[in-house]
Amino acid sequence: MAYEGMIAETISINGNKGEPISAYVARPLGAGPFPGIVLIHHAPGWDEWYREATRKFAHHGYAAISHNLYHRAGEGKSDDVAAKVRAEGGVPDAQVIGDTEGAVQWLRAQPYLTGKVGVIGTCSGGRHTFLFACHTKSIDAAADLWGGRVVMKKEELTPKLPTAPIEFTKNLSCPLLGLFGNEDAAPTPEQVNQHEAELKKHGKQYEFHRYDGAGHGFFYYDRPMYRIEQALDGWKKVFAFFEKHLNK
Amino acid sequence: MCTSIVEIVGAQGSGKGEDGWFDLTTAVVSYDHPHHALLEEAITIDFVNSALGPGARVAVEITLESAKGLLAALARAIAAADAVESERLRGT
Repeated sequence: MAYEGMIAETISINGNKGEPISAYVARPLGAGPFPGIVLIHHAPGWDEWYREATRKFAHHGYAAISHNLYHRAGEGKSDDVAAKVRAEGGVPDAQVIGDTEGAVQWLRAQPYLTGKVGVIGTCSGGRHTFLFACHTKSIDAAADLWGGRVVMKKEELTPKLPTAPIEFTKNLSCPLLGLFGNEDAAPTPEQVNQHEAELKKHGKQYEFHRYDGAGHGFFYYDRPMYRIEQALDGWKKVFAFFEKHLNK
Repeated sequence: MCTSIVEIVGAQGSGKGEDGWFDLTTAVVSYDHPHHALLEEAITIDFVNSALGPGARVAVEITLESAKGLLAALARAIAAADAVESERLRGT
């Protein structure tokens, strides 16, 4: 039996404008080299599911980091911190982009990295993943899992979320994977179609997969939205996508 | 959050959280993914003290139908309370 081991721990990294933010990292033991994955957590917060997903990528041979977008809201249980951020209207898009660039650069500075980095996020983290991939040249692949509000109505725009991410599609800098449930209300199938049309218009490399019988958050095994068949197939597509583009 | 439905109102009074009673400053009502209720979306109501940090929170996550029932119950209780207060004012 081959020996297996991983290290998983919380650290501090430089986020937007060099501000310190917390992060959770996991990687296999050993010298590597490992491709890198940045996980952008969802609206419910920097929580246990994201810890598990970070370790899942380590289990599959990646050096993974999940940075805490809600660090500035203070210490506390993830649901309490997420509630505070919700009351504040979310986190600013520009800050998320800066924090995520910080996570990418932290990975790139590690001696065990192959030099390839992918980004993945679910829910608001899916939206942030696409947004970030349109604002950086530092990543090699991006996976948006049911990111809502990529397409936004004018009345949904706020000072923190000043531009609908779809407007930045022409700047998308890497291949994009999208997984969506056809019963989702955010994004709706029509919004996913609109996003796909924009990707086609700008000649971007992407693959979208739409699942019948699934709505929002169908990977979350502890929520009623969980759909086991769609989730298992979705995870396969996620790992195949990153294996292809991060040259594992 | 994947909806942008958030309503915030000042709240004076007290709430009982994990560490006991604390003064309230704010009530936050949203329709969003719940953390605990086994629902895809829920009306969530957080009574918080925004000066005390994220843990100063009394939270509920209820179905839309429950929220409508709660709204009606609040309206009835408030109407009855207003009647009591009007009576009290007449007696002074």
